[in-house]
Amino acid sequence: MRRTLLEGLRSPLTESGPPLDDPEMTELAREVGRASNAYLGRSLSIRHVDAGSCNGCELEIHALGNAFYDLERFGLRFVASPRHADVLLVTGPVTRNMRDALQRTFAATPAPKWVIASGACALDAHVFRGSYAVVGGVGFVLPVDVHIPGCPPNPKELLRGLLALMNGKKPT
Amino acid sequence: MMTEHAHAWTEATRKLAAGEATLVSLWGDGQSVNMALSEPGRRDLDLLHLPCPEGTFPSVAAHHPPASRLERTIADLHSLVAVGSPDPRPWLDHDAWLIRAPLGATKPRGEPRPRYAFLTAEGPGLHQIPVGPVHAGIIEPGHFRFHCSGETVARLEERLGYTHKGVGWLMRGATLDRGAVLAARISGDSTVAYQIAFARAAEAALGVEAPARALWLRAVMAELERLANHIGDFGAVCNDASFALMLAHCGILRERVLRACDAAFGHRLMMDMITPGGVVNDLSDDGVYTIGELIETLQDVFPRLVNLYDNTASLQDRTVRTGVLSNALAMQYGCGGFVGRASGRDFDARRAYPYAPYDHLAFEVPRRIEGDVNARLWIRAHEITQSLDILEQALAGLPAGLCRIDIPERGGEGHALVEGFRGDIFVALRVNEDGTIANAHARDPSWFQWPLLEAAIEGNIVADFPIINKSFNCSYSGQDL
Repeated sequence: MRRTLLEGLRSPLTESGPPLDDPEMTELAREVGRASNAYLGRSLSIRHVDAGSCNGCELEIHALGNAFYDLERFGLRFVASPRHADVLLVTGPVTRNMRDALQRTFAATPAPKWVIASGACALDAHVFRGSYAVVGGVGFVLPVDVHIPGCPPNPKELLRGLLALMNGKKPT
Repeated sequence: MMTEHAHAWTEATRKLAAGEATLVSLWGDGQSVNMALSEPGRRDLDLLHLPCPEGTFPSVAAHHPPASRLERTIADLHSLVAVGSPDPRPWLDHDAWLIRAPLGATKPRGEPRPRYAFLTAEGPGLHQIPVGPVHAGIIEPGHFRFHCSGETVARLEERLGYTHKGVGWLMRGATLDRGAVLAARISGDSTVAYQIAFARAAEAALGVEAPARALWLRAVMAELERLANHIGDFGAVCNDASFALMLAHCGILRERVLRACDAAFGHRLMMDMITPGGVVNDLSDDGVYTIGELIETLQDVFPRLVNLYDNTASLQDRTVRTGVLSNALAMQYGCGGFVGRASGRDFDARRAYPYAPYDHLAFEVPRRIEGDVNARLWIRAHEITQSLDILEQALAGLPAGLCRIDIPERGGEGHALVEGFRGDIFVALRVNEDGTIANAHARDPSWFQWPLLEAAIEGNIVADFPIINKSFNCSYSGQDL
């Protein structure tokens, strides 16, 4: 048993950060260290809000915490309340039934704050566009700073988006 | 004078109430309602159809409570009223849509409704704790209303529907291809199971069969999905007892499963991989090798994690006799999946209504009777072993040939019952002559598990709610649709 427990410690699984294949991303990444250090001291608190997703996005956000991606090494962490958050990471098309709750969560988040719309649904409701039960993308309800594409965005895409946010963009 | 349909409906309701049959689903289709029942010893489900020209039908829930939320949904979506219903409150309709009865005689919303009335609990010292819809973790939204006496929960009432996206409405008139894309997004953690259920229902409606290789590949994907979810949740439940080490190890294994899925099929969760008529991507020899390696890794590591669970008394102190679900309730509600099987309900759609390739594979359906968090964890652990066995057999016996055929453009009706990781998923489809969807219904296993979570928490302490809830792991999006 002891062997099992120590195995993970002997050979770390953590991978190096995601490759910055996009020229714009490379440019942003150069800014990340300086900007996030200057503004937040390499500490960004994220509150996730599911505004109506199918749960696919949540599974991949969870994966950010596993030993392969180890989100916290980037100075990013998930918090339990919007009142502790700098960033709202919003998934899903905003359903009409979640609109109020999303707005109230945003109102409960202290300024300065950012909003990331994560996933294809959060951009424009994706396959759920046009439904009577859906308002639309997150941008219909909140000011969005960064959008992360993908259905669902995989952990590397999520990391890229989160790193891109820390470019010292003026918060709302 | 009762019509033949109405008579059959009443008789079916009697059987349900007497425990002679299990309710599989209850759903609307325009101005009519449908019911699906499972009876022991029958080779297929019984389907009933009842036209409702007056906009009403006799309530099933009046005699059989598991039908209640389904009837409330029919009232919300179709404006068909269950006469004699014990609970006429809306369910999915939170008074936020611009219309009423989107799937029936649609009309503008009109006057706002009175505020939703939660059930009450009264007594000295009782207090309420409202939780959600936005929760503290990275999970889906829903509202839980606790009535507590000190730390002890006297009553929990769920209020769901927050993620309702109008899937039934979006499917109506859509092509089967688009229907499959929507079905893949009913509940992201069960995307493979929903894709299979949708494809099988469509194939049944059109009277075609997917090639053998496609059916076997579907099973490979289904078992990989089951593994990913069971492993991830095994760690997450232990984490809710503050045993974070298990989450760390299970997180690594789950990631290895998802990476193997990505390498073998081209998507980590395997979305949009299955279509009526077959599967989208064939599995290459490299893919078979990747999955084979994954199986070896899991067979090596997972038993050691189970052993760790089995030898950690402080962890079992939190799981044993916590959140007990009785056998009587599991049976009455036709509670599927590991939740039902941990409470003694011996049902698995892969065995009860066998579909290819499961009729050619040997596997066991684990069952326990304690009904607590511990039993649900053990069922998951056993099912992981079984899925690994099934995967080995499926890869070894994978037939050669086509993995997809073209489907004809014609109409029909069909249904399917598929065992997802969470339990049996039911899909019923009615297809127009031009090949578009006339009516689509998908019933997540959570419909018959969520109400039982309310029962399982009673008498437990509030602080144990997260671990009990996670041990059920019901779907929000799957039941909200």
